[in-house]
Amino acid sequence: MQTIDMAKTELRELNQTLQAQAKDTNQTAWVIENPKGAHAIAVGLDAPIEVTVKGSTGYYCAGMNKQATVHVTGSAGPGVAENMMSGTVIIEGDASQYAGATGQGGLLVIKGNASSRCGISMKGIDIVVHGNIGHMSAFMAQSGNLVVCGDAGDALGDSLYEARLFVRGSVKSLGSDCIEKEVRPEHLDILRDLLERAGSDAKPEEFKRYGSARKLYNFHVDHAGAY
Amino acid sequence: MEKTPQTLPRDSWTYSPEINAEIRRAADTGIYDIRGGGAKRKVPHFDDLLFLGASISRYPLEGYREKCDTSVVLGTRFAKKPIELKIPVTIAGMSFGALSGPAKEALGRGATLAGTSTTTGDGGMTNEERGHSEKLVYQYLPSRYGMNPDDLRRADAIEIVVGQGAKPGGGGMLLGQKITERVAKMRNLPIGIDQRSACRHPDWTGPDDLEIKILEIREITNWEKPIYIKIGGARPYYDTALAVKAGADVVVLDGMQGGTAATQDVFIENVGQPTLACIRPAVKALQDLGMHRKVQLVVSGGIRTGADVAKALALGADAVAIGTAALIALGENDPKWAAEYEALGTTAAAYDDWHEGKDPAGITTQDPELMKRVDPVEAGRRLRNYLAVMTLECQTIARACGKSHVHNLEPEDLCALTIEAAAMAGVPLAGTSWIPGQTGF
Repeated sequence: MQTIDMAKTELRELNQTLQAQAKDTNQTAWVIENPKGAHAIAVGLDAPIEVTVKGSTGYYCAGMNKQATVHVTGSAGPGVAENMMSGTVIIEGDASQYAGATGQGGLLVIKGNASSRCGISMKGIDIVVHGNIGHMSAFMAQSGNLVVCGDAGDALGDSLYEARLFVRGSVKSLGSDCIEKEVRPEHLDILRDLLERAGSDAKPEEFKRYGSARKLYNFHVDHAGAY
Repeated sequence: MEKTPQTLPRDSWTYSPEINAEIRRAADTGIYDIRGGGAKRKVPHFDDLLFLGASISRYPLEGYREKCDTSVVLGTRFAKKPIELKIPVTIAGMSFGALSGPAKEALGRGATLAGTSTTTGDGGMTNEERGHSEKLVYQYLPSRYGMNPDDLRRADAIEIVVGQGAKPGGGGMLLGQKITERVAKMRNLPIGIDQRSACRHPDWTGPDDLEIKILEIREITNWEKPIYIKIGGARPYYDTALAVKAGADVVVLDGMQGGTAATQDVFIENVGQPTLACIRPAVKALQDLGMHRKVQLVVSGGIRTGADVAKALALGADAVAIGTAALIALGENDPKWAAEYEALGTTAAAYDDWHEGKDPAGITTQDPELMKRVDPVEAGRRLRNYLAVMTLECQTIARACGKSHVHNLEPEDLCALTIEAAAMAGVPLAGTSWIPGQTGF
């Protein structure tokens, strides 16, 4: 196991070291100590390595991640795993705004709560939040799955495209063009798989599904009030 | 019987034929007019400025013998690999999706032949564009369509788009007609739907966040790539200052004549400032921060000739970017398609319904038959020629002003034909020493 102490190592050296790991590296386990809320920790990784950040992070931790598993033992600042392509990011604590924003693939697990705009403009990422999510989550979400084991705030799924939203608790309000939809067997399969991979003991049958009514897909003046 | 004298029919200035037609169109359809391009209204522009030329107090350079350098380096502040251009004219961001594949390829070919850069747009980077562009600027937009770290790393520079001149504060809309299978796949959207581009970035708000966003992008790209920040001509002094504060290597400033693929006409014509009015405040912000020529300024919006280039540089820009003019060089609105433009209810000059995807010139379309009309090699050559002419024109003026590099042009070389232009450009009204707003008459 390799250890990098951020009390002694600059951010540039940290990221350069992690980014330099080859796809077949045998140095697969990394520990980052003393992150102390620093921004842009472990961004742009592209190798099947496992990085454990011991503490809490600032903005954009694990941004644009590919292949790597990044595990934050504390909480994460805004934009964690933004535009993630693949791999897994796990946050033991809470996540601030825009968690998983524009993510294109991979799995983001937040074991605490996520703030507003979780999954905004998501493009294929899977996000599982063990707790609650804030307002305007999944705004303009294009594809992928957002699973919320707790409650969702206002305007969930506003201007949604084809992403699937699953919420176990209450939804304060739905955004424009977002509606509740039937949970079919294939959705239960998706939920079962994601909950298992995210370490949640919630039951797939406890969730409601929300998706796009597809009424705003092509502009029509009669819908102008919905915009 | 003698006829009683009558008054002549008199059209209203307020209710002009154009206004009346728009009222009827709105009443008929219930929807605002969407179109492409930039502001069409007449605003103070580079045409309202003149160069003074050499005189007894300063001597000119020999036009065909003495060197007048046109090279530009962009991104010298933080980037390990600044962009070196042979000419001070770049190609502005325009998306694959808004433009056809052959048109994008032609832009890359023409820019490369001329020794300058071209820019992606909302919709990601295509292999054709990367392959044919020696220097490619990759736009980082609110939509993040097609965004990925591999393309960030294979770009030569990254342009974070905060706004554009045609619609400061506005997002975008690519109508379903242009969302073909390939365009939809690149944007991860269903085929044929109207694709909206957000007006704000999804994961940052304000200059403090932007500074951290830039840090993240630099960390992902090994601090190699110049980071541009593109702003619309709204509050050029403060936006430029904040872009510098956030860590930009280059500021791209786009005035209201700058084009868009599709936006509401009311937005294009009524929001933002003319390009001429934006340059001096932006330059002043750079000067006040001690960053003029350290953070480079690229100006766009209505640049058409080498004279426009020279005037923008004289006002303090390091380079300019062209979009609409580049499309015209490729063949957009060409009179040879006049009959087809007329069949669309317009002319081979006024056509601006680029969002409908029916462009007879094959440029602003995804129609496979129409886009065959663009030969990327020939269109690229035309763009190269046009860029060469602009550069020669700019050099001609610079030599006449006694400058051995186009960057040596300065406001002192200019006068203005109108009070408005004099005030905006901060140069004297012709025949006077009066700079409105700065000196007494």
